[in-house]
Amino acid sequence: MRDLSIYIHIPFCVRKCLYCDFLSFTASAGEIESYVNLLVQEIEEQSVFYRDHRVISVFLGGGTPSILPAEEIGRILQAVRENYRMTDEVEITMECNPGTVTAEKLGNYITYGINRLSIGLQSTQDEELARIGRIHDYEMFLHTYRAARTAGFVNINIDLMAALPGQSIASYRESLERVADLAPEHISAYSLILEEGTPLYERKGQYSFPTEDEDREMYQMTKEYLAERGYQRYEISNYAREGFACRHNQVYWQRGDYVGFGLGAASMVGDVRWSAPESMKEYKDYVENMRTCTENVFQQAGVQVLTMQEQMEECMFLGLRMMCGVGCQDFYEKFGCTMEAVYGPVIEKMISQNLLQKENGYIKLTDRGIDVSNYVMAEFLFE
Amino acid sequence: MAVIEQSRIRNFCIIAHIDHGKSTLADRIIEKTGLLTSREMQAQVLDNMELERERGITIKAQTVRIVYQAKDGKEYIFNLIDTPGHVDFNYEVSRSLAACDGAILVVDAAQGIEAQTLANVYLALDHDLDVFPVINKIDLPSAEPERVKNEIEDVIGIEAQDAPLISAKNGIGIEEVLEAIVHKVPAPQGSPDAPLKALIFDSVYDSYKGVIVFCRIKEGRVRKGTSIKMMATGATAEVVEVGYFGAGQFIPCEELSAGMVGYLTASIKNVKDTAVGDTVTDLDNPCAEPLPGYKKVNSMVYCGMYPADGAKYPDLRDALEKLKLNDASLNYEPETSIALGFGFRCGFLGLLHLEIIQERLEREYNLDLVTTAPSVIYRVYKTNGEMIELTNPSNLPDPSEIDYMEEPVVSAEIMVTTEFIGPIMQLCQERRGRYISTEYIEATRALLKYELPLNEIIYDFFDALKSRSRGYASFDYELKGYEQSSLVKLDILINHDEVDALSFIVHADSAYERGRKMCEKLKDEIPRHLFEIPIQAAVGGKIIARETVKAMRKDVLAKCYGGDITRKKKLLEKQKEGKKRMRQVGNVEIPQSAFMSVLKLDDK
Repeated sequence: MRDLSIYIHIPFCVRKCLYCDFLSFTASAGEIESYVNLLVQEIEEQSVFYRDHRVISVFLGGGTPSILPAEEIGRILQAVRENYRMTDEVEITMECNPGTVTAEKLGNYITYGINRLSIGLQSTQDEELARIGRIHDYEMFLHTYRAARTAGFVNINIDLMAALPGQSIASYRESLERVADLAPEHISAYSLILEEGTPLYERKGQYSFPTEDEDREMYQMTKEYLAERGYQRYEISNYAREGFACRHNQVYWQRGDYVGFGLGAASMVGDVRWSAPESMKEYKDYVENMRTCTENVFQQAGVQVLTMQEQMEECMFLGLRMMCGVGCQDFYEKFGCTMEAVYGPVIEKMISQNLLQKENGYIKLTDRGIDVSNYVMAEFLFE
Repeated sequence: MAVIEQSRIRNFCIIAHIDHGKSTLADRIIEKTGLLTSREMQAQVLDNMELERERGITIKAQTVRIVYQAKDGKEYIFNLIDTPGHVDFNYEVSRSLAACDGAILVVDAAQGIEAQTLANVYLALDHDLDVFPVINKIDLPSAEPERVKNEIEDVIGIEAQDAPLISAKNGIGIEEVLEAIVHKVPAPQGSPDAPLKALIFDSVYDSYKGVIVFCRIKEGRVRKGTSIKMMATGATAEVVEVGYFGAGQFIPCEELSAGMVGYLTASIKNVKDTAVGDTVTDLDNPCAEPLPGYKKVNSMVYCGMYPADGAKYPDLRDALEKLKLNDASLNYEPETSIALGFGFRCGFLGLLHLEIIQERLEREYNLDLVTTAPSVIYRVYKTNGEMIELTNPSNLPDPSEIDYMEEPVVSAEIMVTTEFIGPIMQLCQERRGRYISTEYIEATRALLKYELPLNEIIYDFFDALKSRSRGYASFDYELKGYEQSSLVKLDILINHDEVDALSFIVHADSAYERGRKMCEKLKDEIPRHLFEIPIQAAVGGKIIARETVKAMRKDVLAKCYGGDITRKKKLLEKQKEGKKRMRQVGNVEIPQSAFMSVLKLDDK
């Protein structure tokens, strides 16, 4: 029996944040309901392919899943439970934004079996939140966070962002301290990346952004400060107290099987990747044709069977995001040849530049390697 | 076919400044005489290279034979020889002119005489051609035919009052031109019974027939089986086929005799053997003297050409070989650069020639090229009395071995409206020009004469000229000779390694300025690395300018959401792909665009 993770995409938001380039938009109650209907149908239709899988994690992401009425979340998770075999320790995470949940909603989530909550805070400075177009302030976040604890959530993640417009090292440090004081089990800390086409990108000239050096200082400080406070960095941007690393997150980097449901959701099962269509109309066709399994469905999903080389590339550039690195033995077992034989010269070169290190049979990024991880990872792609 | 009377032959060419409508007039003449119906006409029949049509210039001489029924009731044979229209191809032009007996001078009714018009007319007059003018583009609102007529008479001194007023584009006045050809171009002279004496004015390579020699029979006759000899190169061959030029095709015939223009093939493998300007004679009955004016064409401008993908080196070699078959003025020899790998040092007649070859290599042979800065041929006089001709700056001997150096200088004529005289003189001054004279052609236009070092005009002089005169200046030049000059080699060091492909020779006074600009430009072109990269310009080991590419601090992927890794992978692939197009020098990766960007230092 193989492990399976499930991702469920809820593409709706109260409004889009200024830096966001994910697949999300606003929607009416009616639109939300018909979307959940499709989602439930998709979950049911696809279950036949996963009879010999057991689900180890479920992740409800978005968008903002928490803007759905609680019952809709219940409906989705019920469909999952009825159609898939779940392990006893299954991790069920839901993302939520401050100001979109009530004590009652949170209580319902617990009843549906949701045992991990990921709250998008980004910053504790209200001016910084306003500049990037968040819908909440720090006070609203605190309210949500306390309500979650009261409701009984014992595994909470808080999202933070560095390199925000107008952010200083001191203000970021304060956000870090305040968050650590709240003692969540897990902290995600990403640097803002200005994506072309987002409103923030268009108006970037109006703000002063932290310099690259400051950005790296923030990153370094995050690692050191959070370590003092009992958080281990287990992935480039993720920190957790002992035993609270996110299982779902690790599946992506360690190339476990995962299936995504919903608009534009990505899947990888048995070294085959595909994604659901990104337009609502196409997604509807896709779900409705699923039973007959026409050629069209495969085409819409852009099914890609990964070659051995592509699997190796992924194994390296995804695996290196994990601080534990990529195991040489695991590589050998998966591909039947040694990492040395495939990537020897690259690894040698990267080690000589102090970007990679080899420790106890694992290849991993050095601190400097993390800073320029794109550069290192690109080296592992074949010609 | 009836015997063609010499008196019914008219061999002529059309001379004009670029854009004054030479090729369009040629098309109209061909159309009017019924060689092709207008439906068959592709605009500008004679420019048959894709590139020629696109750039609106003629690169190789093209020739066509037309039969014209004149108003006097007789049929005339016209041989229209279309000449290349650029200063780079001056020698080819002069040989084409030598094949003619008369020339039509096309002058734009709005623009009047330009520098190139003058140069071409003088060239034609030098060859004793009867030149008659036609005024083109009279349909333009800005046309001033009377003014232009006067200008032609004043400046060139040829009769222009009865010049046909035409619009080649709209087919106005073409009949008049045709009649003028009959009456104003003299019939060819020369005895068909004298020993064979034919002028080669061009040649093309055909993979079946070998070299096809374009020639004008001055005396004697040639037919299949004639044993021929090229008097300058000494090559001999037996004629396989003779013929004349249809529109875009070769039409075989029995014999070519004195006065005729046509082609011959003789299973000749190499265009080198049939140099333009050479005289073809009968091996068994040779003429006493070759035709005058033959000279070996030398390359004026050199540059290194390298395949962007090193594995394409053999492809580049094959492509150059093929181009060379048709273009005797292209020279190349293999060279190696530490930065760019294996490539060729190529010699060209001028910058346009260089650009054309480069474009043809890229387009017709699908090659991605990296070209180094063009260089002229410097003469290096060493202390041991030896003189070397330097075509590649990297080969400059150690300064201690150099006594002095000389650089080529050209005589330039610039035609400009008076309001722009100031800016143009300033430009010439900046380019180390030596002022010779100003001649006023009329109240508003002047001809400036300068002597300029060739290396100052091979980069972007023409562009600068156009921009400082809002497009009104025209320019022509010819090599004057060599002059002693204070020259130094400017080296570029990237991360302390000298990059040979970026070295060039420059006048000592502009070394600092150029070095500074190079460093600035390279700083923008070279991506950040994991370490800091100094970019330095040096003369004789002394650093004269420096810029620094800062080390890359950060290059991290954003959040990878919901397991969708395809976007991230694309990003990494793009990064990797970008690196493939880089050249490794020491441990620095230099994009190919960097090598090219330094050619355009004056871009604002």
